[in-house]
Amino acid sequence: MPSALAVGTANFFAVKARVLIRPKEGILDPQGKAVERALPALGFEGISHVRVGRLVELEAEDTSRLGELCEQLLANPLVEDYEIVELEGA
Amino acid sequence: MPVRFGVLQFPGSCDERDALAACRRVGEARLVWHEETDLGDIDVVVVPGGFSYGDYLRAGAIARFAPAMEAVARFAAEGGPVLGICNGFQVLCEAGLLPGALLPNEGLRFVCRQVELEVVSTDTPFTAELERGRRLSVPVKHMSGRYFAPEPLLDELEERGQVALRYAPGHNPNGSVRDIAGVRNRDGNVLGLMPHPEHAVDELFGSADGLGLFASAAATLGAAHALA
Repeated sequence: MPSALAVGTANFFAVKARVLIRPKEGILDPQGKAVERALPALGFEGISHVRVGRLVELEAEDTSRLGELCEQLLANPLVEDYEIVELEGA
Repeated sequence: MPVRFGVLQFPGSCDERDALAACRRVGEARLVWHEETDLGDIDVVVVPGGFSYGDYLRAGAIARFAPAMEAVARFAAEGGPVLGICNGFQVLCEAGLLPGALLPNEGLRFVCRQVELEVVSTDTPFTAELERGRRLSVPVKHMSGRYFAPEPLLDELEERGQVALRYAPGHNPNGSVRDIAGVRNRDGNVLGLMPHPEHAVDELFGSADGLGLFASAAATLGAAHALA
């Protein structure tokens, strides 16, 4: 892991970021399907294409390597897409 | 000289003892703790099943960074035989030692049952002594065992004979593409499969078919030793 990534403790210089990870288009997502099938029973109509992914929040002093971090660990690029959203400073 | 197996042990592994016992029926074996990096005394590596590092993030995602896995990657690059079972298969895919990925089961349920497999490729030390088309009765027990690879990659794998084991018709328990139960790497020295051959090594377990994979590796490596 790059040492620039603060772990656990508040860091004044860190930038908050949010990584969204979802199954790639075309890959069967049984979790999304199960959620979608449950909706009509709860009275929610007209909701489709439900996909369930993961959300990782982190703080980074240097966000330039977040893509690399996603490729190597947070997502499996063969089956998942990821999106990095930088938020306001911590 | 007996063939010596090394069975990896991560925090969260749970099938390493059965794997060790299976290996000891055909050779010598010891556990390899996840922090170990010296595989100098090992002829065959087994990456066993379980829930390495709690399967946090994705099954196998953290384990691939273990020091022992870096040693296994070097071992495999030098042609050393490596068998990944269940979580071990997931780890080998995450580590890039095998193609493809294991996704959550199509039915979203943990599956635990006996399945029939068909031997497709005998070009690995673990299947060399088996016949193509032979049926093996072996249990599966997993939550994320749906083998997946993009279509063009699947075609390549089939062409190169890298699909080593398939679920017999009607036995695919998880929605794996093309009924794939196990794949090998290009060179054939690394094999991964979701079913558990180490749980089927004695008729008392209901089947001894799984022993064939360990015996095959011992025979293949033993023959190589004799020549050396």
